Amino acid sequence: MKGRGVFVKFAIAIFECVLIAGPLAHAQVTFERLLNAAKEPQNWMTYSGDYSGKRFSQLDQINATNAHTMVAKWVYQTGATGKLETTPLVVDGILYATGQDDRAFALDARTGRPIWMYQRQLPSDIRPCCGRVNRGLAILGDKVFMGTLDAHVIALDAKTGNVVWDVVAADYRTGHSFTVAPLAVKNLVVIGVSGGEYGVRGFIDAYDAATGERKWRFYTVPGPGEPGHDTWEGDSWKVGGAPAWNTGTYDAATNQIFWPTGNPAPSNRGEGRAGDNLYSNSFLALNADTGKMNWYFQFTKHDEHDWDATQVPVMIDSGGKHLIAQANRNGFFYVLDRTTGKLVSATAYGKTTWSDTKDADGRPVAKKEASPTLEGHTVCPGALGTTNFMAPTYDSQTGLFYVTARDQCDIFSTAPQPYEAGHAYYGSAYFPSEEARPYLGFLKAIDPATGEVKWKFQHTSPTWSGVLSTAGGLVFSGDAEGNFIAFDAASGKPLWHFQMGGAVYAAPIAFAVDGKEYVAIAAGSAVYAFGLP
Amino acid sequence: MSRRWRTEVVVFVILAAAAYAADDRNPLAGDAKAAKAGEYEFRINCALCHGLGAHGGGRGPDLTRAVKKHTHSDADMFQVISNGIPGTAMPANGTNGQGVGMTDEEIWQIITYIRSQEVKAPAKPLGNAVHGKDLFYGDANCSLCHMVEGKGGRLGPDLTAVGGSRTREAMIDSVRDPSRRLAWGLTEATKEFPHEYESVTAVTADGKEIKGVTLNEDSFSVQIMDSNEQIHLLKKDKLRSFQKSRQSAMPKYDADVLSDKDLEDIVAYLISVGAK
Repeated sequence: MKGRGVFVKFAIAIFECVLIAGPLAHAQVTFERLLNAAKEPQNWMTYSGDYSGKRFSQLDQINATNAHTMVAKWVYQTGATGKLETTPLVVDGILYATGQDDRAFALDARTGRPIWMYQRQLPSDIRPCCGRVNRGLAILGDKVFMGTLDAHVIALDAKTGNVVWDVVAADYRTGHSFTVAPLAVKNLVVIGVSGGEYGVRGFIDAYDAATGERKWRFYTVPGPGEPGHDTWEGDSWKVGGAPAWNTGTYDAATNQIFWPTGNPAPSNRGEGRAGDNLYSNSFLALNADTGKMNWYFQFTKHDEHDWDATQVPVMIDSGGKHLIAQANRNGFFYVLDRTTGKLVSATAYGKTTWSDTKDADGRPVAKKEASPTLEGHTVCPGALGTTNFMAPTYDSQTGLFYVTARDQCDIFSTAPQPYEAGHAYYGSAYFPSEEARPYLGFLKAIDPATGEVKWKFQHTSPTWSGVLSTAGGLVFSGDAEGNFIAFDAASGKPLWHFQMGGAVYAAPIAFAVDGKEYVAIAAGSAVYAFGLP
Repeated sequence: MSRRWRTEVVVFVILAAAAYAADDRNPLAGDAKAAKAGEYEFRINCALCHGLGAHGGGRGPDLTRAVKKHTHSDADMFQVISNGIPGTAMPANGTNGQGVGMTDEEIWQIITYIRSQEVKAPAKPLGNAVHGKDLFYGDANCSLCHMVEGKGGRLGPDLTAVGGSRTREAMIDSVRDPSRRLAWGLTEATKEFPHEYESVTAVTADGKEIKGVTLNEDSFSVQIMDSNEQIHLLKKDKLRSFQKSRQSAMPKYDADVLSDKDLEDIVAYLISVGAK
């Protein structure tokens, strides 16, 4: 009976193991779970928390009453220099995030202790435009997915970080790269390319999550014979830009992916690309299965100020209407009907000088004199925009849309520049306008129904931090001085702050493990988690 | 050392020397087409501080001057553009937040462009630096607030390096109208904008008034140096009032206070120190 004794002991050992090991779930992240992300608020499973783009957490353990007692729970140092723009994902107690130079890592979400780390061996001659950054992962099944600075899409095993598949999307030597957090939809990994500074022809791709096989590609600049091609002068479409470097959203009711696009190239010179330059600076509504376009809406036609419309689209349902909203880089807050793509309203939410009229649809129209000149002249907002890639949030409890905004004007200058593959292609430059100093940074709360700014909090200087809202009546954001701040969502009053020692270029998330709520954000070169004492 | 080892070392040394030699001279020197390409790159990557045409903006030196503080040869210039200048606002290639990282070829194009813009002699003769130094430490009272080479006050920025990093016009402008463009103070590694020398008046809970300049500030705290060079570390929510002003703490030196000639002499002094 010796043998049975061993078996019993072994069985007891396994049983004890299950009892004491805490969260051991690690169930497959199915499309069903992603669709119903709101039902598991302890997890943060997509870039914006769910498919709606709201970056709103149902968690309310940390709330306006106790937020002032929050403390730091852990810090994870990436050990790298440069900006951290990542939004972490959290699934069943494990936090997944990305770092500089295409790092990815998995941490114990309760302690910050690393489980695995991946770092890509990047070619020495990559030239990403705006820092060697990455904004995060997508998760589906037992894999996490990442776009790389050398324009590959890769799948990593979620438990080990091992590379499962690695496919080339484009040639990095012509300025293509990925910085965006992909979006997993059904069995697909959807991702948009960066490279508007190099005159790439933008695209949005969908890959089979299991194999890496490309299922569809939508070129954001139409080729010959395609609708919209005639909005480009001559051959300018070939180097037209319109990258797609920020994460879109998904509407299951209509099976549509809403994805935003960026500037036409060259960014500061309209001469040589006469026309509206579709589909730059637009929202695209694409069929999730085929990548076919259902509708588009272009925010800034024939842009000459680098005003990418690559801000996260936020789906809002209000009064029986299915809407989609965007605080655009050009300084206007837009609300569209997401079934038809028709404009509902456009209201300035920051300092703008480029438009004082609207077209028949209500879309702000650029003044001729706002075009850049050889010597340069001042236009507001500046090239960095009233907002930029920093993620906004919509709080369904207050009914307010919160966004990081800045008032900065730039001197826009333009000069002819020939296209040369792999070389920066700006058509000149912009400079901060000294006369417009100081540049002001804000957190603004906008009522989407009216476009009215209900409250604003002025930072010491402009910040690149994204924003999170929670059911605890709180809004979280960071600043350029290194603070992470909890605001009262209704009034904008700061209730708590923590000095993290590095500027914020990332967006916060909320999650829970073992019934305890955490709020996490990246700052400087580290990821921080906060909670109640 | 075996014979084979020795051979390999010799080959390595020769190769290293060849590589260095290749980097030591600009392969595009004098090439007009490269200069034009360099002009595009310059507008994107450099003009933000050095101005369109490389004549120097308010933030960076005039690169059309043949004599430069940090660079003599094209190879020096290549190093500076690639790696930046520690302790100054000059960033390493690709890290200025504007523009993209440049390839070696593009850096050589920029150097070719800068060389094509150089004028061999200063447009105007400089003033009398010896007299300028007397004024700086004497009648003009500059040293009450500014240090040069370790001597002087602390309330304003140290001016030891300013002569090498600002144009003459920018220096004159900031003496005549100090508030037009406030001086930059502390630069933090990850922060987009440097701190500026703003004037401040804070009143503490017990009614004490503190006037000075901000050394740094965020939404919740402020670090102030008062006119007696005392540092005050204050939490904003504990203050009775907090007022900032973009009116510089430095007085305006009009021509009736400081003549054009005397100002030229002070600038000549700062340039002579800055060129060291």
